[in-house]
Amino acid sequence: MQELEQAEHGSVRVTPKGNDRVVIEKDLSSEEMILNMGPQHPSTHGVLRLECKTDGEVVVEAEPYLGYLHRCFEKHAEMVDYPGIVPFVDRMDYLAAMNSEFAYCIAVEKLLDVEIPRRVEFLRVIVSELNRIASHLVAIGTYAIDLGAFTPFLFCFRDREHIMNILEWASGARMLYNYIWIGGAAFDFPADMQKRIGEFVDYFRPKALELQKLLTENEIFVKRTRGIGMMPADVAINYGWSGPMLRGSGVEWDLRRNDPYSVYPELDFNVRVPDGSVSDIGDSLSRHLVRAYEMEESLGIIEQCLQMMPEANGFDPRSAIPKKIRPKAGEVYGRAENPRGELGFYIVSDGKSTKPVRCKARSSCFVNLSAMKELSQGQLIPDLVAIIGSIDIVLGEVDR
Amino acid sequence: MAESQESQERPEPSPAVRASEAVYRTVREKFGDAVSDFDANDTMPFFEVTDARRWKEVALFLRDDSRLDFNYLACLSGMDYPAEGKLGVVCNLESLGKHNHRIAVKINCSRDSAVLPSVARVWKTAEWHEREAFDMYGIRFDAHPDLRRILCPEDWEGYPLRKDYEVQESYHGVKVPY
Amino acid sequence: MNLPNLVPMFMTMNLNSWSDALAGWMPYGLPLGLVIIAAIPLVFIALYALTYGVYGERKISAFMQDRLGPMEVGKWGLLQTLADILKLLQKEDIVNRDADRFLFVIGPGVLFVGSFLAFAVLPFGPAFIGADLNVGLFYAMGIVALEVVGILAAGWGSNNKWALYGAIRSVAQIVSYEIPAAIALLCGAMMAGTLSMQQFNLLQQGEYGFLHFFLFQNPIAWLPFLIYFIASLAETNRAPFDIPEAESELVAGYFTEYSGMKFAVIFLAEYGSMFMVSAIIAVVFLGGWNSPLPNIGTVLLNDWTTGPVWGAFWIVMKGFFFIFIQMWLRWTLPRLRVDQLMYLCWKVLTPFAFIAFVLTAVWEIYMK
Repeated sequence: MQELEQAEHGSVRVTPKGNDRVVIEKDLSSEEMILNMGPQHPSTHGVLRLECKTDGEVVVEAEPYLGYLHRCFEKHAEMVDYPGIVPFVDRMDYLAAMNSEFAYCIAVEKLLDVEIPRRVEFLRVIVSELNRIASHLVAIGTYAIDLGAFTPFLFCFRDREHIMNILEWASGARMLYNYIWIGGAAFDFPADMQKRIGEFVDYFRPKALELQKLLTENEIFVKRTRGIGMMPADVAINYGWSGPMLRGSGVEWDLRRNDPYSVYPELDFNVRVPDGSVSDIGDSLSRHLVRAYEMEESLGIIEQCLQMMPEANGFDPRSAIPKKIRPKAGEVYGRAENPRGELGFYIVSDGKSTKPVRCKARSSCFVNLSAMKELSQGQLIPDLVAIIGSIDIVLGEVDR
Repeated sequence: MAESQESQERPEPSPAVRASEAVYRTVREKFGDAVSDFDANDTMPFFEVTDARRWKEVALFLRDDSRLDFNYLACLSGMDYPAEGKLGVVCNLESLGKHNHRIAVKINCSRDSAVLPSVARVWKTAEWHEREAFDMYGIRFDAHPDLRRILCPEDWEGYPLRKDYEVQESYHGVKVPY
Repeated sequence: MNLPNLVPMFMTMNLNSWSDALAGWMPYGLPLGLVIIAAIPLVFIALYALTYGVYGERKISAFMQDRLGPMEVGKWGLLQTLADILKLLQKEDIVNRDADRFLFVIGPGVLFVGSFLAFAVLPFGPAFIGADLNVGLFYAMGIVALEVVGILAAGWGSNNKWALYGAIRSVAQIVSYEIPAAIALLCGAMMAGTLSMQQFNLLQQGEYGFLHFFLFQNPIAWLPFLIYFIASLAETNRAPFDIPEAESELVAGYFTEYSGMKFAVIFLAEYGSMFMVSAIIAVVFLGGWNSPLPNIGTVLLNDWTTGPVWGAFWIVMKGFFFIFIQMWLRWTLPRLRVDQLMYLCWKVLTPFAFIAFVLTAVWEIYMK
């Protein structure tokens, strides 16, 4: 409250006319200046607003303000039935809609106790790993652009376009798929889909390396990110960080491995954390590296899934979907490893209604972002941008 | 294919529930009547802290006791129980990287004087989650470092996720219900 | 007369006589003909800078980023920038309410004037020079620095915190980088023994083409050359030193509040000074309007490619080459941080510039 008032009176906008020159001087001569970063700012990745107290180029404190993209997900969820929530879930983390759907369906299926056909499990894992790559591409690309490198951004978007096309082929939509349904999936893969995904994997492997070369081996990029935004592992855990953020701090924690779901236990993949040779453990560069590693691992997972996947043979992915989804009374906390960390759903069912009594989304970005205030203290403005970029927020999921 | 499903998922919940139960017994030993009985359901085993005033104490014990080590607060959700006239929060805790056990804890308060102790200084995750619970349910958290609305505007009226919530007519001259 | 000789000869003779005739045109005793001759390259550069500099930048970035770039307006999008100018001309001229109107309006003008006045001393050929000052290089350095005033006026007058940050960063950066840049150019001046831009060219003339260029005449010259090139990137706010307009940090830096034609003028000034610094490099180190091609035996490549038109061609091409490198860097490298930038200037470039200065002096006095 206090800070908000200061911001309003300190800025030039609300001063009476004719007096503004004096106010400008007062603003400068005072030791700290309030600088509003966002909600319309190129590097807040959406409509985040950071109210920065700055002393020259140094950010003394940055207080995040959220809610500009609040679309009342939890209220909506109490008004529509369980399958109807899936499209809303898509719109939370719009860069990784498949993963969000996956997490939500896992949560509801835990309550429902349905048997998921094996082919559906593979469909789900393949599309969500593809989407994970797409999401990391956006994260890495926008991170590069935050640091002033444009070209990697466009390389990332070029490659992401292939994934969008593949997922569009599977689901009919480019970004918000509504593909993974409770107890099944909307459609089976179209003919030749496996071949096409295989082609993409072959295409993308060298491109991922190229991207690595362009960024991680770039002296300026390393200088801008190494040692910036340090987060020790224990503090990261206390903040509830998860996903690449936590792994960037050197904690080998991946829900796909540590709380496995779907067919992940059968798959062979590594949970790679930076070893500290290129980056300092826990800095922005480590978080970037984790994302780069994860893309490679995802490619491996997709390849394995394509091989292990059962044949279609007239398979109907909707076969296991219950006619009416009315879970038994109870509550569940279901979660999955999303590109941005742990996405959890706390769902309460009363056993009578087809609508949940409560559906709380534990958003990974929301939790990751909560450390922003502490991370930003005493940083330079360019470093602040580097830190926000490394947190990789999607405001759709932060604000829900 | 049914077998493989069985072998991965079915047997898993029960050791997890057993681990949670062990956790619960440790807590019960220490706090006695301040905590309720253990609800050993499959999907989310939980217990309730009946004496809400001791919640912070319980939280610290959960976090710091070497047998428990719940260093990770996965989720803190506000809840409304209109039938019982109560509000509450549900915390999903996990011992990340240490014991890997999980448990859920519920804490309730009455709807009229909706005050709960804050655990924002125990798990920093809770800071924003409690702000959210305050925003959506109007639960006031005692000794919270910065209890403001987080998702709704500062001057929004009412607590949207309460079951008896009715949306305000207009907000700064803009008609709200449509 | 053999065939390859024909074309350059034709061009040289005609143009020489043509320009001589124009130069002699003095209605009412005023040297208007000379003014026109001097203005031609300026107009050309202005047009180039606004249209084909932007077009080139977009096409080059597109090429580097696996895209096509502008393709819609005209063949290969050649008319895209003209369409952009039309759009900018039609835009409303917005001055925000609380801006310092005077500074806000004057800022782009000062920038533009500062950047384009320097062209007065830029030799485009033996005849094409606006004013052959005996302190031409000094004048060019000084007048380009006038930009700082424009930037500060624009940033301060906008009454926008981001613009202020951009302006302050920009001023700090330009003023700092003037020092290594000036010392590096001083090395060039020592090699030439003059500050006249035209003299630089004449001194680097010769039948062996590029071998007469200062860069290849002196084993130390590459050091001031590199220092000046790096410093010139910073002076024109180009990546990786584009922190004053770092769009991901400061929205658009000092021109955040500008739109329409004022924005276009700033843009024009920026491209103008990009060309200016590139041309200064070309003049001081790479022979300016001299042809880089050597005479080899009877193949008189150097002679064939010398003349007024060829002179303009060479200096513009050399300028383009450095602009291309600037663009190449911009679309490849991330941006430095503000303190790293200052570190590079004061702790790396400036000491090396002094070393280059001493070495050049030693070379000029004892070795040559």
